[in-house]
Amino acid sequence: MRKIAVQINGRVVEGEVEPRLLLGDFIRDNAGLTGTHFGCEHGVCGACTVQLDGEPVRSCLMFAVQAHGRRIATVEGMAPSATELHPLQQAFHESHALQCGFCTPGILMTMEAFLRAEPDPSPERIRAALAGNLCRCTGYQNIVTGVRLAADRMK
Amino acid sequence: MELHGIGASPLRKEDWPLLRGEGTFIADFKRPGMVHALVVRSPFAHARFRHIDGSAALQARGVIDLITAAELPDRGRPIPTRMFKDEAANRFLQKPLADGEVRYSGEPVALLIAESRYLAEDAAELLSIDYEPLEVVLDPDAGTVAGHLVVERGNIEAAFAQADEVIKEEFRIQRHAATPLETRGLVAEFDAGAQTLTVWGAAKIPHVNRRILAQLLGWEESRIRLVELHVGGGFGARGEFYPEDFLIPFGAMRVGRPVAWIEDREESLRAMNHSREQVHRVELALKADGTFLGLKDTFVNNTGAYVRTHGMTVPGLSISMLPGPYAWPAYRGEYHSVLTNKTPCGTYRSPGRFEVNFVRERLIDIAANRLGIDKVEIRRRNFIHEFPHDTGTLFDEHPVVYDSGDYSLLLDKALEAFDYSGLKRWRAQRSPDGFKRGLGIAFFVEKAGPAEREYARVELTDSGDVTVYTGTVSLGQGMETTLAQVCSTHLGLPFERVTVKHGDTAVIPEGMGSFGSRAAMMGGAAVMGAAVKLRRRLLERAAEELEAAPDDLVLTVDGIAVRGAPSRSVPLPSMSVEDRFVCELLGFPYGIHVAAVEVDTGTGAVGVHRYAVAYDIGRAINPVIVRGQIAGGFAQGLGGVLLEEFAFDANGQPLAASFMDYLLPTSEEVPDIDMLITEDAPSPHNPLGVKGAGEGGTAAVGGAIANAVADALGVEVTQLPLSPKRITELASA
Ligand code: FES
Ligand code: FES
Repeated sequence: MRKIAVQINGRVVEGEVEPRLLLGDFIRDNAGLTGTHFGCEHGVCGACTVQLDGEPVRSCLMFAVQAHGRRIATVEGMAPSATELHPLQQAFHESHALQCGFCTPGILMTMEAFLRAEPDPSPERIRAALAGNLCRCTGYQNIVTGVRLAADRMK
Repeated sequence: MELHGIGASPLRKEDWPLLRGEGTFIADFKRPGMVHALVVRSPFAHARFRHIDGSAALQARGVIDLITAAELPDRGRPIPTRMFKDEAANRFLQKPLADGEVRYSGEPVALLIAESRYLAEDAAELLSIDYEPLEVVLDPDAGTVAGHLVVERGNIEAAFAQADEVIKEEFRIQRHAATPLETRGLVAEFDAGAQTLTVWGAAKIPHVNRRILAQLLGWEESRIRLVELHVGGGFGARGEFYPEDFLIPFGAMRVGRPVAWIEDREESLRAMNHSREQVHRVELALKADGTFLGLKDTFVNNTGAYVRTHGMTVPGLSISMLPGPYAWPAYRGEYHSVLTNKTPCGTYRSPGRFEVNFVRERLIDIAANRLGIDKVEIRRRNFIHEFPHDTGTLFDEHPVVYDSGDYSLLLDKALEAFDYSGLKRWRAQRSPDGFKRGLGIAFFVEKAGPAEREYARVELTDSGDVTVYTGTVSLGQGMETTLAQVCSTHLGLPFERVTVKHGDTAVIPEGMGSFGSRAAMMGGAAVMGAAVKLRRRLLERAAEELEAAPDDLVLTVDGIAVRGAPSRSVPLPSMSVEDRFVCELLGFPYGIHVAAVEVDTGTGAVGVHRYAVAYDIGRAINPVIVRGQIAGGFAQGLGGVLLEEFAFDANGQPLAASFMDYLLPTSEEVPDIDMLITEDAPSPHNPLGVKGAGEGGTAAVGGAIANAVADALGVEVTQLPLSPKRITELASA
């Protein structure tokens, strides 16, 4: 067992964990933040994406101990308040960019970082950046629209 | 049209928690004292075993229980089929655990319950099972026949005797599956005091599954409660009654603690229903002018190792929907649904239709090529024109009678909306990259709204809040928003004040669930019925009190007032009204897919230049949601045509047991598509006129893309998937 402390959405979460515990499990079980989902646990679907020091990572491919002392952002930290959404969340809502919503947290975390790096992307660039996140429901069309709408608003 | 009523597209009620990471999917759900189950699965596709030695596993840290067939009532009772019942097939039903013989890789042989999933996995390593491998059968032509059916209508011999041309072909569709992004999961809790069971994680058909579970336990249904949480996609596979749907509640009863089971992706790909694997040998008889005379098809449906709940549904739908939108003087269909040592099968979005639309539409193109007739013209020439149209086939026990339609009208509209002549010009031009261009079209008829009845209750509080209780459920499709629109429109109170509740057998007395594009049609009609009744009762009661005619009253959240005299009003009462919509007949929406592709004969890649879907669904309650269904359905269809395949090695070991090998389409493979939604042929069978929109995006992708690829390469495509390997083979043929 190892003692770790991880800053998640601005709050320090401490835990004593087995070295084999996945970062995603730590976020879900120890921090109680279940918005981060597992769709494959082998690094393909992107549903488990969180941000580590601002960069998207797959929380099923990292161990919790590797995040010790670092800063994690999850979907729960995106919205500014209980009654408002982040502009990207709002744009997804307005664009019907989600159906079952299982993929959505991972896609939001990936696209939020993408828009910070590339604030005015073409649809093709959005599609390329989205290619590591699987969505089985939407066919992606409305997700691309939603990201583009958010980019317009966040300019 | 009201701002948020039927025909408008208010933003979804479902979205807010899902966007904020505040949803409750089954893996997010915890109960105090909860322990974890692991399903121990067969590593062999076919083997005998005599003994499961669990002594070491039971001693391992954190292990609570080990359940094998010996521990089950009657050593495990078979899980019944729920539709398309076939007495003969009942010999091959699956039991919750294998008992002495395993028949597919991934078959459950035992259930281990431990303090955590990690500990259960450690303990599973210590189990010893004396498997003796047996001969493996994978080829559908060599499988044991579980079900056989012949449908014949018209004089098929005479039709073929008159033919100027007969086209004979064999078509194959590969095994692939629904694969929702959220794997399955269940949490079950037994209350020993009350002798009741609660199971969370239900989907698709909670009431039906409660009945099956009660049957298998030998209990009264009323002692069991099934609860639906957020569901990460269903597409036909999720929510059927699987072995785990018995094992997890049974395990909870044994250990006296809540038991959770969350499937991992690898087991999901081996355990959840597969679908689509069929071989068709088909013959089409026509006159030289392209008039269809007869259609003959003999097909094999590989249903895998057991007949599951929907074991006979897919071949049954295939045989009844093969005729499609055309008038056939004679039709003969025959299937053999066979058992092999692969994962058992069930339905996947547009079940049977994805397969037969590929077969029929491809066959028609081959005929058009042979006779030198235009591909649009040959279809138009053979359309059904009179409705209702009795196809002479059956859906389950109900006659397949197309309710309404105007196929030529939709074709005209689609060709215009999608600029078909422009696409033909594009097709005639050389690709600057040296790719081969092709254009394909496929016409299809879908079906919607089975299972005969649906329940709804609408409750109004005196503060003007409305709650709709429905027997349909949510799989992510937007059912809550859709039904709230129906309620709001027919009750006359604001959409914002309507909440939709579903999927809890404790608060909803009955329901047939969500499948087969039925939720809007059956659920919507029931909600409409309840809302209309509630409104009438409210107005009648207020009319008495106010001594006014009901027609002169205005209903708002503030109360009921006399029109033009707001001071003459009464407050809203609390009131609840139930309704049941019963309809034995199906709706038959219909549509067209158009594909323009570029094929790179070097790499074998198929690039979709343009894709368009025209779909007449009678009436669109929420057009944005309808379009979302079509775009998502198309993406799944495209995956099935180009990428997805459950292949097996000679020993029956699955070669696609992860997302590295089972390839779902990504944002780079799925293009934006054009859509045309029309409402020219409302269904006469329900008061809303809707026909269901869930499956038409998937239905004809095989037909349209395969036709486009054949057009590009100038060779006849007869097999899916159109993987790079197959494309390069076709290109060099
Ligand atoms: S769960 Fe991490 S990538 Fe799929
Ligand atoms: S919305 Fe269901 S997987 Fe993306």
